[in-house]
Amino acid sequence: MAQATNVGGHQSGLAATLRKDNWWFEAAWTGIGFLIFAIYTTWAALQGDHYWHGSYLSPFYSPVFFTDPSAAGAAPEAHAWFGLFPDSLKAIWPSFIPLSPAILILIGPLSFRMTCYYYRKFYYRSYFMTPPACAVGGRPQKYKGETAILVFQNIHRYTLYIALTYIVILYYDAIISFSRDGELGIGVGSVILLINPTLLAFYTCGCHAFRHLVGGQLDCFSCSDSAKSRYGIWQKVSNLNSRHMLWAWVSMIWVGLTDLYVRLVSMGVITDLNTWGS
Amino acid sequence: MAERTIRIWRGDENGGEFVDYQVEVDEGMVVLDVIHKIQAKDANDLAVRWNCKAGKCGSCSMEINGRPKLSCMTRMNEYEPDELITVQPVKTFPIIKDLVTDVSWNYEQNKRIKPLLPKADAAGKDFIMMQEDVDRVQEFRKCIECYLCQNVCHVLRDQDKKGEFVGPRFMIRLAGLEMHPVDAADRIPQIRDEFGSGMCNITRCCTDVCPESIGLTDNAIIPIKERVVDRYYDPVAWIIRKMSGADEKREAEEKAADAKQAELQKTV
Repeated sequence: MAQATNVGGHQSGLAATLRKDNWWFEAAWTGIGFLIFAIYTTWAALQGDHYWHGSYLSPFYSPVFFTDPSAAGAAPEAHAWFGLFPDSLKAIWPSFIPLSPAILILIGPLSFRMTCYYYRKFYYRSYFMTPPACAVGGRPQKYKGETAILVFQNIHRYTLYIALTYIVILYYDAIISFSRDGELGIGVGSVILLINPTLLAFYTCGCHAFRHLVGGQLDCFSCSDSAKSRYGIWQKVSNLNSRHMLWAWVSMIWVGLTDLYVRLVSMGVITDLNTWGS
Repeated sequence: MAERTIRIWRGDENGGEFVDYQVEVDEGMVVLDVIHKIQAKDANDLAVRWNCKAGKCGSCSMEINGRPKLSCMTRMNEYEPDELITVQPVKTFPIIKDLVTDVSWNYEQNKRIKPLLPKADAAGKDFIMMQEDVDRVQEFRKCIECYLCQNVCHVLRDQDKKGEFVGPRFMIRLAGLEMHPVDAADRIPQIRDEFGSGMCNITRCCTDVCPESIGLTDNAIIPIKERVVDRYYDPVAWIIRKMSGADEKREAEEKAADAKQAELQKTV
């Protein structure tokens, strides 16, 4: 690629830099890592089967609004909030998309991640290349930041409310996974399902919008008793926030692995070690 | 002692070129020491701005092997013994000569920011700030105005949007004022419409290069963006403000503070 040299010895153009370190590495691994997750999630969501085993429910399919018990490894009707897929919904369901309960609910958690301040950093770098790394030439364009079409990023706090709701639902799923046919027990799957919302809670409760709402929006932390209480919460959220990137990745990988575990157990590829013996 | 090759950009606003210098490097030297040695022995007319040599004045910002750094805080032993070290001026600001750039645009931005406006009941007196309130804004006061953050910010550096974005250094000044417990001024409309909070896309390079380790992105820019969301993009917050009369209270507080300032000015 031709690189014009400007006054000061600076080069212009995409990826132009005098940096000698592997500046491309972070953008590459985060871009590829998220792409793998996105491909797996899309594939898993489109399957519409093998998301349930015993009392285990894949987080990609939770909550189950409607179920189709004829699909292998589908949730029982009793576990679906609104029962079987209604004919009216089946009538408008696009024929090229499998009848999958995940399609109806994945937009919630995905919208939270896509508008997250950390994810914005990495995908602006990895995919938009504005810029690909610090002091490295960005993609030439009519840059408008988050003032034009990307102004939608400001819905992040609403997606936060959705994400918090999902954590409650996933904890419910985790708790009921310790009971099968009325018998209390424990399995590797139930432990995996319990860790999942915990990691998601660390990620979600360390979110910048949450940090702002719990106390960051105050100008004075010491001016009232309620402000002092909120300051205490803000400090704890700030601790989580300082590792927001870590929790973002760990929780994302874990949620994918949780789906994979439930899927493989449901398919009979692996056997779940548990006290129920099934 | 080891002989090293240092490549320095020489020139002015009309153009220039990289010039290689061979220099004996002693143990413990920083890049600025080496530049001074070249200036003393080989290039008396080499222009470089510096002052404290302790990472506290923010004068000696430049780009070393493509990375924005303070030359006084960059040790020579960070680089491999046979590594060519390339030194050039910061990219974002106009060049005066060699490694010296004209950063006066930053001072003009600073003047645009409405200074602290003490609330009417606090004006003209000493006010006590509790430690928890001090901690949050004190971080921003560590800024040494090296403008490395301004230099690396791609909105200013690559996109050249100086007319639309004030830059990370001034976002932290704005954050420090907006979070100040006795400040009554409302800068949020200006932050969105004139200072360009929406132009920042949170790629965090400002935080990465800050020699004072200020959390520009997490502690200043994002909180400021969230305050803009409160005001302009959150209908629930809007309803709560309308029902509680918070908007009217804020406006009345600012008017009273302005009136108090005018009164104090007359007294002086």
